[in-house]
Amino acid sequence: MTPLNGYLLLAAFLFSIGLAGALTRRNAILVLAGIELMLNAANLNFIAFWRYGTHPEALTGTMFAIFSISIAAAEAAVGLGLILAVYRHFKTTDLDEIDSLKG
Amino acid sequence: MTILFLILAVLAIVGASAAMAFRSAVHAILALALAFVSLAILYLSLDAQFVGFTQIIVYVGAVAILAVFAIMMTRSDSAHHHTEVFSKSWLTGLVLAGGVFTVLAWAVLGDKTQHAAADAPAPVTTVTQIGEALMQRYAFPLEIMGLLLTAALIGAVVLAMPLLSNKSGAKSVTKGDAR
Amino acid sequence: MASMNTGIVEQADQIFVVLKGAVVSHLPTILQPLVSAIISVIAVVAVFAGLFALTTVFERKGLGRMQNRLGPNRVGPFGFFQPAADGIKSLTKEDLVPRAADKIVHFLAPVVLVAASFLGYAVLPVGRNMVVTNLDAGVLYFFAAGSMVELGVFMAGWSSHSKYSLLGAMRAVAQMISYEVPLVLASISVIMTAGSLSTVDIVAKQAQYTGTIAHWYVFTPWGFAGFILFMIAATAESNRCPFDLPEGESEIIAGYFIEYSGFKFALFFAGEYLGMLATSALAITLFLGGWSAPFSFLAWVPSWIWFFAKLLTLIFCFIWVRGTLPRLRMDQLMGLAWKFMLPMTILNLFVAAAWRFVPGGLPVRWFVCAAMLVIPFALLSRGLRSEKKLQTRTYRFAE
Repeated sequence: MTPLNGYLLLAAFLFSIGLAGALTRRNAILVLAGIELMLNAANLNFIAFWRYGTHPEALTGTMFAIFSISIAAAEAAVGLGLILAVYRHFKTTDLDEIDSLKG
Repeated sequence: MTILFLILAVLAIVGASAAMAFRSAVHAILALALAFVSLAILYLSLDAQFVGFTQIIVYVGAVAILAVFAIMMTRSDSAHHHTEVFSKSWLTGLVLAGGVFTVLAWAVLGDKTQHAAADAPAPVTTVTQIGEALMQRYAFPLEIMGLLLTAALIGAVVLAMPLLSNKSGAKSVTKGDAR
Repeated sequence: MASMNTGIVEQADQIFVVLKGAVVSHLPTILQPLVSAIISVIAVVAVFAGLFALTTVFERKGLGRMQNRLGPNRVGPFGFFQPAADGIKSLTKEDLVPRAADKIVHFLAPVVLVAASFLGYAVLPVGRNMVVTNLDAGVLYFFAAGSMVELGVFMAGWSSHSKYSLLGAMRAVAQMISYEVPLVLASISVIMTAGSLSTVDIVAKQAQYTGTIAHWYVFTPWGFAGFILFMIAATAESNRCPFDLPEGESEIIAGYFIEYSGFKFALFFAGEYLGMLATSALAITLFLGGWSAPFSFLAWVPSWIWFFAKLLTLIFCFIWVRGTLPRLRMDQLMGLAWKFMLPMTILNLFVAAAWRFVPGGLPVRWFVCAAMLVIPFALLSRGLRSEKKLQTRTYRFAE
């Protein structure tokens, strides 16, 4: 197995853990945490591809990872702000109880 | 496949799984921080110094702390404390995640393209190079990122700010906390 | 004669580097990098742990003098062995863990805090050629290590399952995040001017001389303003007076580490002082020329003496401030961070850029840049003052 494959497998596994968490947890904050974990797994892919790719001097993977980290920061801030707003209205962060839009 | 990689991979997987499985939300976030730190060290071992340190600053120093703050601010009464951890449709979610992993692993292991060997010389990237790339080739994305972050900052403050009809006494404190 | 003099000066300056080289050169080549790293780490840990012990005595004696009392004077000459007595006391005390506490997190919190406090020292040059590692992104590394401290603080406050400690931790984390923004922004002006994130490069840029005066950044208007802003933010970062709300004794007893006793309490104490020493050392590296001498005719004094002299001076300033200023209120603290520090540091960034492009001689540049800082400062502080309506205070709960 090439080292790149090891990193890709790890990233795939982390992505799946994040996805499982985002789909199964009830707490909205931990769903957000699962999404952050998925973003992190993608970042690991970018860095691994950059490191073992053919043109590391182009810095594409590094740049993409930096931008993706910034996006994740913005996403976390807005997401947690939304959760706080929702909590103020429903007095809970349990996603199974927040179902007013369900027909 | 070095020992360092194996240790860090195990730490990351343990941290991530614990984060998604722990009953207590604060424990989950702390485990998540462990996963973030081990990922950052993985980046360092891949010669991506800048990204590794940025990862720690943003994820451990900001996202984890912010999540913990949100947990503290949304703690409902103890009756809610012992409700179910996983949602009613947990089986569907688990099956979906397992399916995604199977497909990804199948794609990775079936990959036949040639990559640089493990002992390829590490690409020398200085912070200067990253800065120059950000200011020249990636100047436009950088500007958009600045705009996005500003919008996110203002949006988060507006979302988390209590409505103006509330008591004005509590306003200034919440503003400071929301960031 | 002159060459012999420079030889002695050189030796005095590099004595620790030469000593380490002598020890390492006796070992097989494979072991050399490892042993060299271990020696550096042990030296840094020992020196700064010793400095922490010294600082506690200085602080208690200094505060004693300012408050017209003697301070500790029983253990050893002038009470200078007080830290040893304190250490033995904290080691022999019972280690209490509250029954409701989260045992594992409660144990891990001081470990995380002290480890993170020590990590930052790896990139601080304490003398010429005396740095554990010269990282290309050194300043970024320092802030990354510093951001882990916040998690340790939160872990301590939350795991104790006590209202006081949780309140203290929330205060501490909110304060540390808020003041990290001006702290980083103030250092960015230096990073921008030096064109490097490496602490060694930043010091090397300042260790040059025009005539007899060094190129320290604190000698420029933006550098001076940046230094003051940095030190205010550093005071808040290390939870010291007048920003010591997280452990306000009169309101929440001792804040996030109230439920800790014995040696763990001593570890929190150490972590706090190590954080203060580290941020002071970073301020020296960024603004006060690191190990370099202020005037070229003083360059014969060994570089590490300069560094530690500057460090002790800054620590004295911390103690002085603690002895002088009263504690702030929470809203005042947040208001200062977001309404005053943030605009001023961003403005300082622009002034640092302008410093490079303003034409004319040094006096003209000085005047223009100082005006760019002083006028907005005056306007901002006037605006902030007029916002406050001073009136008779009404107490809601204490009637």
